[in-house]
Amino acid sequence: MQKEILIAGFGGQGVLFAGQVLAYAAMDTGHEVTWIPSYGPEMRGGTANCTVVIADEEIGSPLVQYPPAVVALNLPSFDKYEALVQPGGVLVVNQSMVDRKAQRDDITVLYIPGNEMAEACGNRRLLNMVMTGALLAAFPVMSLDEAKTALKAHLPAKHQKLIPNNFAAMDKGYETAKEQLGRNQ
Amino acid sequence: MVTIVKPENLVYSRPQAFTEFPTHYCPGCTHGVAHRLIAEVLDEMALTERTIGVAPVGCSVFAYNYFDCDFVEAAHGRAPAMATGIKRVLPERIVFTYQGDGDLASIGMAEIMHAAARGENITVVFINNAIYGMTGGQMAPTTLPGMKTTSSPLGRDVETQGFPIRMSEILANMDGAGYIVRRSLHDPKNIRMAKKAIRIAFETQVRGLGFSMVELLSTCPTNWGISPLESLTWVEEHMVPAYPLGDYKVAAGVAGIKA
Amino acid sequence: MPRELLKGNVAMAEAAIRAGLEAYFGYPITPQTEILEHFSKRLPELGRAFVQAESEVAAINMIYGAACTGARVMGSSSSPGVSLMMEGLSYIAGTEIPTVLINVMRGGPGLGNIAPSQGDYFQAVYGGGHGDYPRIVLAPSTVQEAIDLTVLSFDLAEKYRTVVILIADGSIGQMMEPAELPEMRPVNRVDWPWATNGAIGRERRILSSIYIDPNEEEITNLRLFERWKEIQKNEVRYKEYYCDDADFVVVGFGTAGRVALSSVRAARQQGIKVGLLRPVSLSPFPYQVLDELSKRVQAFLVVEMNMGQMLNDVLMATKGRVPVEFHGRPGGVVPFPDEILAEIQRVATTKLSVAPDPRHAWYDRMLAMTK
Repeated sequence: MQKEILIAGFGGQGVLFAGQVLAYAAMDTGHEVTWIPSYGPEMRGGTANCTVVIADEEIGSPLVQYPPAVVALNLPSFDKYEALVQPGGVLVVNQSMVDRKAQRDDITVLYIPGNEMAEACGNRRLLNMVMTGALLAAFPVMSLDEAKTALKAHLPAKHQKLIPNNFAAMDKGYETAKEQLGRNQ
Repeated sequence: MVTIVKPENLVYSRPQAFTEFPTHYCPGCTHGVAHRLIAEVLDEMALTERTIGVAPVGCSVFAYNYFDCDFVEAAHGRAPAMATGIKRVLPERIVFTYQGDGDLASIGMAEIMHAAARGENITVVFINNAIYGMTGGQMAPTTLPGMKTTSSPLGRDVETQGFPIRMSEILANMDGAGYIVRRSLHDPKNIRMAKKAIRIAFETQVRGLGFSMVELLSTCPTNWGISPLESLTWVEEHMVPAYPLGDYKVAAGVAGIKA
Repeated sequence: MPRELLKGNVAMAEAAIRAGLEAYFGYPITPQTEILEHFSKRLPELGRAFVQAESEVAAINMIYGAACTGARVMGSSSSPGVSLMMEGLSYIAGTEIPTVLINVMRGGPGLGNIAPSQGDYFQAVYGGGHGDYPRIVLAPSTVQEAIDLTVLSFDLAEKYRTVVILIADGSIGQMMEPAELPEMRPVNRVDWPWATNGAIGRERRILSSIYIDPNEEEITNLRLFERWKEIQKNEVRYKEYYCDDADFVVVGFGTAGRVALSSVRAARQQGIKVGLLRPVSLSPFPYQVLDELSKRVQAFLVVEMNMGQMLNDVLMATKGRVPVEFHGRPGGVVPFPDEILAEIQRVATTKLSVAPDPRHAWYDRMLAMTK
């Protein structure tokens, strides 16, 4: 088994952290995993992305050209990665920041109003957890509970008070995605 | 050592901090005087065993042969960096560099400035003879305006070759510097004052009071193309006016040190 | 120790600390700055030495000084900064003292960029500082390997009184993987018989790279070679994947090697009998295993993130017995598994001949690909 996920957005949208939650969960459940960010000047306010590869054996490339799952948190990421999602793959779009629909009909596209949902959960910075929840509904590389357990286990003590809101955001994203998937079928 | 002179008549001998290795310096060069002053201070302060010297690139590249302590040989200009590395892992040892003007004020400018800025607890003996000796008499950063060298054959033209650099004045502005003075080796009185300064510089280090440097105005009869005696007069008449002798930085804790 | 999710740069720094590192001197440069940052926090809290130097030139000379005392000391930088360190590294090699240097390589030449690259193979393995000196060069491809090789570097540096260079790249420096750090070893300052640590109760020592008499310098060079022969005998490291029945073998180190692993697996699924040889020690280079492979495989494919540097060593090792093809991505581009897979397919299905310089055909393919 090997699965790849690419998460992309503006710096500050929590792109790298969302990927780390998945990486921690993969490690904690006994998998091999790589997490690799884009790094450098583009991190300072520009676009950022990270790729997470989860596998059962030694991982070769930490990067893939055509990932089966992409989370796009802003329009530039959507523009860039829509074409690169593997046929049959999943593209989870932050609808709050993307004003167009996907052109592809050979992939599953979910439109999640991430910013509004995050604010409804108490903080717009929960966007990344909303989107992580949504991703796991469409691309069950691990269970939502496994991701939550990893988040709780690896969040520094001073941030533990944020756990309930983060869990709520993940749940919301997951439920919204499930609903959309149900409708699409 | 074979004793020829009766102990009661002995007024001058090799400092214990010196090896018996004959120096390679040209006749009349003041490197030997500067070396001896350091050796006498190491003897008087009983520091030789725990001292590590850092030799430069330049005429004094072989300084490690002459002192009876551990020594390392740095790349050109990097002695203060190397001394930093030694001192940081062996803070109880005494670490000094011995550098010429090309080494310290040209290629090693960044290293000396930052060692002083960090207040690196090392001692620097800076030999300023206004010329590159080892490579055969080229212009140094401290070469005086109008002074002829093999790379300023018409005399240093400040319009195209810049102005001399006064290191003591510059380094005195560094907050990390504890003791920065300029002395000269052109006559016995000044040599005695130079020795006192070297003593205070090592005392500064022993007491952990920061970066210390003694700049010594020195001669280069060979490359200046004049006799050793004329060289001493030349230092007095030309170098001292351009590089005024004096104490440029004596930090509060250092001021009380008696030498 | 439990597995932790560790960033390559941080992992190498912490591994060095646990191996008993006493001092670090460095200068910020992407993509290795996390190494410096980690040390800036950890070393002072452990009572060990950390200095952010004014330049890489100063940093390597601080390392030189500290290494002369016999302390475990290291430096790190990225390509342009490593170039600045090469003067000092030559002095260190000439003085025959142990030193560890990590180069997290980025795209070049010049200022280049900060993307992962393997453009400094020649500099690390053959070039660098002036003069004639062998050195050990190790190339990790995973975070765990980066940890293990960092620890090993100190032991090798001290055993052979040599420079050990770890060449990683921005990808290994920046990526996170689960890995296990070693137990914390206590600092163990050895009073080496050469160390200039103060002549208390013993004869004085001099450490220098100067041998004014050419005959003495020659003897010194020969002494370095004598040590090098031991290193060649004992310290060749590599990893083989699927080579036992391989008709074709891909050769790649570091990140290029691990990317190629994905391609080799994909090719195997398509029935192509291809293996991967991933050199871990680039110096000494695993010539012998390549020599032996060249007697039983049909062709090699060398994959690097440069214009073909390790390629020269593969050509030397395989002695023209079989074709050696090349695929490189210079300038900071990391190849994707698919493109290496396409190269494997090409090698497996095309009639190849031994070319004097496989780079020429590669260049033509590159032109077609990047158009």
